Amino acid sequence: MSTIVDDRTGVGLAEFTDEDSAPRVGLRWRSALPPLAWLVLAGITTWWPSPQEWPRTEEFVALASTVAAVLALLAVLGPWLGVFGARVRHAEPWLIALAVIATVWELVTAKLAWLPVPFFMPPQAILEVYLDEGGKLAECVFYSGLLLVKGFAIGALVGFAYGVALGWSPRASYWGHPILRFVGPVPATAWLPFAFFAFPSSASAGVFLVALATGVPVAVLTWSGVASVNSAYYDIARTLGASERFLVGKVAIPAAMPHVFVGLFMGLAGAFAVLVVAEMMGVKAGLGWYLQWAQGWGAYSNMYAALAVLALLCSGAISLLFAVRDRLLAWQKGMLRW
Amino acid sequence: MVTAAAARTETPLAVGTDLSIRGVSHAFALDGKTLPVLQDISLDVAPGSFVALLGPSGCGKSTLLRLVAGLDRPRRGELLGDGEPIVGPDPSRVVVFQDPTLYPWRTVEGNVRLGLEARGLVKTHYDRVGAALRLVGLDRFASAYPHQLSGGMAQRAALARALVNDPRLLIMDEPLGKLDQLTRMTMQSEIVSLWRNAGFTALLVTHDVEEALLMAERVVVMTERPARIAAVLEVEKPYPRHRNDPDLVALRQRALELLGLGATW
Repeated sequence: MSTIVDDRTGVGLAEFTDEDSAPRVGLRWRSALPPLAWLVLAGITTWWPSPQEWPRTEEFVALASTVAAVLALLAVLGPWLGVFGARVRHAEPWLIALAVIATVWELVTAKLAWLPVPFFMPPQAILEVYLDEGGKLAECVFYSGLLLVKGFAIGALVGFAYGVALGWSPRASYWGHPILRFVGPVPATAWLPFAFFAFPSSASAGVFLVALATGVPVAVLTWSGVASVNSAYYDIARTLGASERFLVGKVAIPAAMPHVFVGLFMGLAGAFAVLVVAEMMGVKAGLGWYLQWAQGWGAYSNMYAALAVLALLCSGAISLLFAVRDRLLAWQKGMLRW
Repeated sequence: MVTAAAARTETPLAVGTDLSIRGVSHAFALDGKTLPVLQDISLDVAPGSFVALLGPSGCGKSTLLRLVAGLDRPRRGELLGDGEPIVGPDPSRVVVFQDPTLYPWRTVEGNVRLGLEARGLVKTHYDRVGAALRLVGLDRFASAYPHQLSGGMAQRAALARALVNDPRLLIMDEPLGKLDQLTRMTMQSEIVSLWRNAGFTALLVTHDVEEALLMAERVVVMTERPARIAAVLEVEKPYPRHRNDPDLVALRQRALELLGLGATW
């Protein structure tokens, strides 16, 4: 649980290791490197001449300078910032790497023009998209997020209930198992044509598809989780006077939770894929739709900008699920950290 | 007279179950064949007494315990608790298994309160949780998770989980089988004093001759599978008992002979 404490493992800073014998808290000259790197980015962008004028270059320089200023402030205040300061120090190699990547990117596109122009553009062009089309992108994030939340919630709940029923009741298993075996392996995207005419709106069709992609792995893993519960747990509860309801709710389900979470992670990954495809194919909103639209118009910077936002959305959703799991399954040993 | 009356008020309210096993036979179906496990077992266990079932590994002792607990039903014969047929599990008969089988997702406290929770008694009888934890010396570990406990502590927690229900019959299936020698010896005397203070009937399955003789008032020696009762040894020795007591050594020799190991000792 203590990843932020160790600030000695700076990947790009191995040559500065003699510094490590110095006391931990105090001004460190290597903390000056991240603001310096961002200042270099701002300087190159401003003073290196470009063959072609790119809009929003000043704003990009201002952004890089602001980042440099904030990092400089954090470097000075670091020793007094406690855990947050340690976190920033831990991130130093990455902060430098990001500035270096942005500088190289700026050089090979705007300054040296090594990469073909309509498909590749300098960072300020991406910034331009966020500044000019931020509202539209935010709207897309909202619709994608809504579709994801609705579909994932419905799929997870139905899949969980289905899995518990299969694992617990022989009758539910008799009828439910063949259906799951027959329908489960079909990729959710194969239902696209069906969903778009069977549902009243493209949005509800999208919810159905995302729910299906989520529900199947959740059902399978919940079922296997409930079925593999140590039978001695039931014996214990029964001798203590437990009812059937208690056995399901307080023994089978908590014991199956680690499996359920594996299913939820698989379901979430499947939900992302289906979400984007559904938005590209029929749902007239969201990031998938925006990607399709940007590609159709040859607006490649819009495409990259939307991809970055999509990555943030998916990564954020996964992080949230990890946080929920860490809280609910704190009793487990040796969990993977995200 | 006064002291006798005082002693009587101090005796606990819980009365041990009067257990009666009558002509019980049991068998398992294995690969289409019938494997007899118990053969015509008859045994009466007086209320509040401590009886040990001693026999070779795999002879069917644990099967008999599951029948007594009501977890399985016998093929033939009947089991009576206080004259009533045992047809299913009941919270008055609690089992402690060889593995502590604590629920890993619950803290020690959460595990111990399980029986109260299952019967909806948490609000009215919560004080029993603390009492049971103190009884087994785990009150400082109430919020620990099972994976943080040593083997002996986990088995103590399992014991507290049983005791919290104020059982009238405590069924123990080799509860100390997996513990190290020192913990084992400590817990043997702890269980005996718990039993003497609480007044429940105790039924202990073990394959350790010394353990049976140290703890129980009667030791029922069983044969190889299908298990029958070979003999019942009365251990008329006051507690605390000592391992090297010459009478116990003689009984040990007798028990080992009954188990077919007389020559090796």
